[in-house]
Amino acid sequence: MTDLEQLKTTAEQEIAASDSVRALDEVRVRLLGKKGELTRQLKQLGQLPADQRPAAGQQINLAKKILADLIDTRREQLESADLHSRLIAEAVDVTQPARGEQPGGLHPVTRTMQRIEAIFSGAGFAVHTGPEIENDEYNFGALNFPDDHPARAMHDTFYLEGGMLLRTHTSPVQIRAMQAHGTPIKLIAPGRVYRCDSDQTHTPMFHQVEGLLVDRGISFANLKAVLHDFVERFFERKVRLRFRPSYFPFTEPSAEVDIEWQNGGWLEILGCGMVHPQVLKNVGVDPEEYTGYAFGMGVERLAMLRYGVDDLRMFFENDLRFLRQFN
Amino acid sequence: MNISEQWLREWVNPDTDTEGLAHQLTMAGLEVDSIEPVAGEFSKVVIGKVLSAEPHPDADKLTLCQVDAGTGDTLQIICGAANARKDMKAAVALVGARLPGGVKIGAAKIRGVRSQGMLCSARELGLGDEHEGVLDLDPSAPVGECFREWMKLDDHVIKFDLTPNRGDCFCVAGVARDVAAINRLPLNEPEINDVPAQSKIVFPVDVIAKDACPSFSSRVVSGIRPDARTPMWMCEKLRRSGLRPIHPVVDVTNFVMLELGQPLHAFDLDIVQGGIRVRYAEKNEKLTLLDGRIVSLDTDVVLVADHQRPLAIAGIMGGENSGVTEQTRNVLFEAAYWSPMALAGRARRFGLHTDASLRFERGVDPWLQQKAIQRATALLIDIAGGEAGPLSTERSDKHMPAREPVRLRVQRIDRVLGMEMAPDEVADILRALGMSLDETEGGWMVTPPGHRFDISIEEDLIEEVARIYGYDRIPETPPTTVMHMPKVTEGKVAESRIRSALVERGYQEAMTYSFISADLDRQFAGDGDQAELINPISEELAVMRRSLWPGLLEALRNNLSRQQERVRLFEIGMRYYSQKTDFKEINTLSIAISGSRLPEQWGSVAEPVDLFDIKSDLEAVLRPTGNLSSLNYRAEENPVLCPGQSARVLLDDEPIGWLGALHPQIVQQMGIDRDAWLFEVDIDAAFTAKIPEFKGISRYPSIRRDISILVPESVSIAEIRETVRLAAGELLSELLIFDIYRGTGVDSGLKSVALGLILQEYSRTLTDIDGDAVIQAVVGKLQKSHQAKLRE
Repeated sequence: MTDLEQLKTTAEQEIAASDSVRALDEVRVRLLGKKGELTRQLKQLGQLPADQRPAAGQQINLAKKILADLIDTRREQLESADLHSRLIAEAVDVTQPARGEQPGGLHPVTRTMQRIEAIFSGAGFAVHTGPEIENDEYNFGALNFPDDHPARAMHDTFYLEGGMLLRTHTSPVQIRAMQAHGTPIKLIAPGRVYRCDSDQTHTPMFHQVEGLLVDRGISFANLKAVLHDFVERFFERKVRLRFRPSYFPFTEPSAEVDIEWQNGGWLEILGCGMVHPQVLKNVGVDPEEYTGYAFGMGVERLAMLRYGVDDLRMFFENDLRFLRQFN
Repeated sequence: MNISEQWLREWVNPDTDTEGLAHQLTMAGLEVDSIEPVAGEFSKVVIGKVLSAEPHPDADKLTLCQVDAGTGDTLQIICGAANARKDMKAAVALVGARLPGGVKIGAAKIRGVRSQGMLCSARELGLGDEHEGVLDLDPSAPVGECFREWMKLDDHVIKFDLTPNRGDCFCVAGVARDVAAINRLPLNEPEINDVPAQSKIVFPVDVIAKDACPSFSSRVVSGIRPDARTPMWMCEKLRRSGLRPIHPVVDVTNFVMLELGQPLHAFDLDIVQGGIRVRYAEKNEKLTLLDGRIVSLDTDVVLVADHQRPLAIAGIMGGENSGVTEQTRNVLFEAAYWSPMALAGRARRFGLHTDASLRFERGVDPWLQQKAIQRATALLIDIAGGEAGPLSTERSDKHMPAREPVRLRVQRIDRVLGMEMAPDEVADILRALGMSLDETEGGWMVTPPGHRFDISIEEDLIEEVARIYGYDRIPETPPTTVMHMPKVTEGKVAESRIRSALVERGYQEAMTYSFISADLDRQFAGDGDQAELINPISEELAVMRRSLWPGLLEALRNNLSRQQERVRLFEIGMRYYSQKTDFKEINTLSIAISGSRLPEQWGSVAEPVDLFDIKSDLEAVLRPTGNLSSLNYRAEENPVLCPGQSARVLLDDEPIGWLGALHPQIVQQMGIDRDAWLFEVDIDAAFTAKIPEFKGISRYPSIRRDISILVPESVSIAEIRETVRLAAGELLSELLIFDIYRGTGVDSGLKSVALGLILQEYSRTLTDIDGDAVIQAVVGKLQKSHQAKLRE
C-alpha cells in the first residue's frame, strides 16, 4: 500500500499549497471526485483477494476522511482570508468626525441649582416654590421687616401696581409653606429674585436658594453642621467655614457664612440664622415648642466660585461662547 | 464706617495687633472691609518754620523760602505753592528724604537757585488728595521734630460695614464698647467735664412735636474768634474717619458725633429769629437745604424752625441760611433725641443719606444729648474761645423710650444655641456689654443700655451672648430629625426632563431678564394686561414680559452677530399678566432657533430648518407626557409669526402655545437678518403626564397596507389622518405618512400623499380579506370627504 501512502503525502502537500478556493477545489476533485484518485482506488478493491479487501477499504476510507477534513479546514482559512482582504479594501477613516446632532447644554445657573437641590434633597429637604410677584406682607411683613425700617432700604425693591412687588428673596416661600403645611417642615426654595440694582457686581435679577428647617429641638449648632456639610458637598473638598454675626430681620441670632478660599482670604457665601420667634408666631407656630433655622444663598455666587466665572453679568448675556463652556 | 485704630485704642487697647483687632471686630458682627494706612511711607520729613518767603528772582510762581528745620543750618527751599508764607509751620522733606511713590529728595538747582529740600503737600505724603498748597501746620508744631511722630501717622483706617441693628457703633465709643466687652477690658473714656456757664444767654426753645423729639438740649456759645483754626489733631481724626475739616464749629460737632455717636447741629445765633420751635412741617412748606435744593415738605416731617421759618429737617439736614460761616461769632449748639419712627424713611424720600439721618434712623442714645453738648462746648472754647451760656434741656419723660427688662433663661440659651453655657459666663458677657441684670429663677431679667435699640426679646440677648462668646466656638451638631420621603410626582413631566430632551437635540439653555421694554412686549403680546414696574432700572427693562420670545430673540441676534451660524436657544421661565392689581404668572417653555438643521458636517448638505424641525423638537419634549395623540396644530395667524407658517398648538383642543416662523418684518426690525423659528408652550397645561396603563400585546402578526392618494392642497394632513382613523376603525394600530409629493406627474393644486396602515387584531391573525375591507372603507371615505383619488 505504499501507493496510498504516497498519494496521501502528495495530497497533503497539494492542499497546503492551494492558495485559492478554486485551486483547492481542483485538488478536491482530483482526489475525491467521482473520477478522483481515491474513488478509483476504492473501485479497484475488487481486484484484491477477498480477505484483504476489508482492511484495504478501511485504509482508503480513512485517508479519504483525513483529506476531506484537511480540505475543509484549508477552505475555511482561504475564505476567511478572502473576506478579510475584501473588508480591508472597504476600510473607512476612523478619524473622520462623528455625524449628526451635537447636544447643547444647561445654563450654569441651572446646573448649579440642580446640584444644590440634589444635595439638599438627599438630606430630606423638599423643594418648594412660590410666586415671583409678591405682596409686601409675604416679602417683608411676615418676615419681621418693620415698615420703613432701614433693612427694607437694603433690599432695593421693584414695585408694581397695588403695592405688589418683585420678591427680593425667596424667603416668602418659608411663610407660604409654613402656612400651608405647618410644622415640622424641612424645605428649600429655589428661584428668581429681583433687586433694583445694576452694576458690575449686581444684576437686577438673580437666583436664590432659601432653606428652612423647623422642628422640636433645632439649634444653631445644627445649622452650623448642616451648612458646613453642604459647602463641602458642593465644592467636593474640605472647606473651612466662618460664621460671623450679622443681621436679618427674620432670623435671630443671625450669621453670615464665609468660606476660606485658595488664597487664604475669606469669601462670603450665604446668610443664615435661627428663625425669629416673631416669624414663627406670624404663621401660628409656638416658638417655645418649635425652633428652626433658615439660610439663603445666591446661586450665581456659588456658580462663580465653583467654575471660576469672574463677571456676574455673563450669566444673563447668553453668549454661546460662555454657555458652551458648561456643556 | 471708618475708624482710626489709634483713636479706638485711646478708648480700649487690647493686646493684639491691627489684624487681630480687625478679626475681633469682624467676628463680633462689625464686618471689616479693609485696613489702610493713614499715610504713605516716607522718611526724613520734619517740622520746619518758614523764616522768610521771597519771590524767586527768575520765576513768577516760585517762592524762595528760608526754613529752620531744626538741623542747625537755615535751609533754602524753593516752593511752588501759593500758601507758603513767613512764620508758617510746614512739613519739610530734607535732602535724602524718601517720599511715597519712590520719590527721593536731593539738593537741586531750580532756575539757577539752590534748593535744599521740599515743603510737602498732603498728597505728597499720602495724607489724602489735597495738593492745593503745602500743609499748613499748627503754629505750636515743634520745629525739628519728626513729622510722622508728631502727627501720629503710624495708624490705620479700619473700614467696616454695619448692619442696620447696630446704630450704636457709628462712633468710636460704640466700637470701643464692643472691643472692651470682647476682651473684658475697662473702657478708658476721655474725661468729659461740665463746662460751667460763663454767660446767662439762653435761647428760647419750644418743643411742640414731643413725640418725635422727647429730648432737646441746646446751648449758646457767644463771642468765638472767627479766625480760629481747627487744630491738626482734630483735623487728622476727622480725616481718618472720612470727613473733611470745614469750620471749627462744624468740625467740633462732627468730632463729637464721631466720638460719642450724637449728631449735633450748630446755628449762627445771629441769623435765627426769636426762638427755636420743634414742630411738624405744614403741608407743602418749603425749605432750601444746605445743598441748595428746595424741598417741599409733608406734615409727617419734623422741623427745627425759628419763629419765622424752618431751619433744618430734624435729624437729617440743615437749611441753607442758618448754618455757621466765616463771620459767625455766636453759636447755638443743638443736640436732640429724635425718635427713629419719626425719621424712618424721610431722608430717603428726599434722596438724602446724611451722617445724622444714618444714626438717628437706627437710634441714638436718648440720654446722651447733654454730655455731647458739654463735650462740644469744651472743645469749641478750647479752639475758638467764647463764653458758654447755661445748658438747657427740654425733655418729655412720657415720650422717652423705655428700656424694658427682657427675660433670659439659661435653658433657652442651650436650646437655641445647641450648647450649654455657664451662667457665670453669660452674666459676665452681658454686664460687659453694659446691660444690667437681675437674677431670677433659671436666668435673669436683663435691661439693655440706652444706646442699644436692638434688644427686645430673649433671642436678641442670646445673639449678644453668642456673638461675644464667639460663633466659632459653638459646636457643629448634625440634627436628628424625622426623615420624610420626598414627593415624586409622576403625573407631571419634570422640568429637568424637558431640559434634557432639548439639550440632547442641540439646544442651549438661556436665561433672559423677566422684564423687557414695554414696546417690545406690546408687539409680542398685544395691549391690555401688561404688568408695569413702577421703578424700573431703564426703559429697556420696564415691564414684566408676556412672552419669552423677545428675550430669546435678542440673545439669538447677539449670537448671530458674533459669527455663530447655528443658534438654538431655549428658556424656561415665567410670563406675567396683570388685571389691575391681580397678577398671574405662567410657567413657560420657549425656543428660538436659526441656522441649519444639523451642525455643519461632512456627508450632509446644509439644509435650513423649517417648521417641521421645531415640530419634531416640540413633540420630542412632549413625548414623555404620553399625550401625543391628543396634540394638534391649527393654522392661525399671530402678529409676530409669518402668516402661513404659524400655528396654535392644541392639546385636547385646548390651546397650549404657539409655533411658527418669525415674521420677516420683525426679523428685520430686531436686526436678526436671518429666518428664525419659534415655539412657546405653557408648562402646566402641556406637561401633565399620563401614567402608563398596560395593555396586552397581540401574539398575532400585523399586516401593512400602503396606499397613495391625490388630494386637493386645501385638505390638511390632519384631516386625512382623522378620516383614515375613523374609517379604519379598531384594526388600525399605526398610521404612517411616508411620502408627500407635489410636482411632475401631479396636477397643480393637488398633492400626492402616501399612507401606510398597520393593522392588527389582538385575538387572531388578520387575513387579506380583512386588509382589503379596511382599505376599501378608507379609500371610499377619503373619496367622499376629500375628493381623494387613489393613485396607481
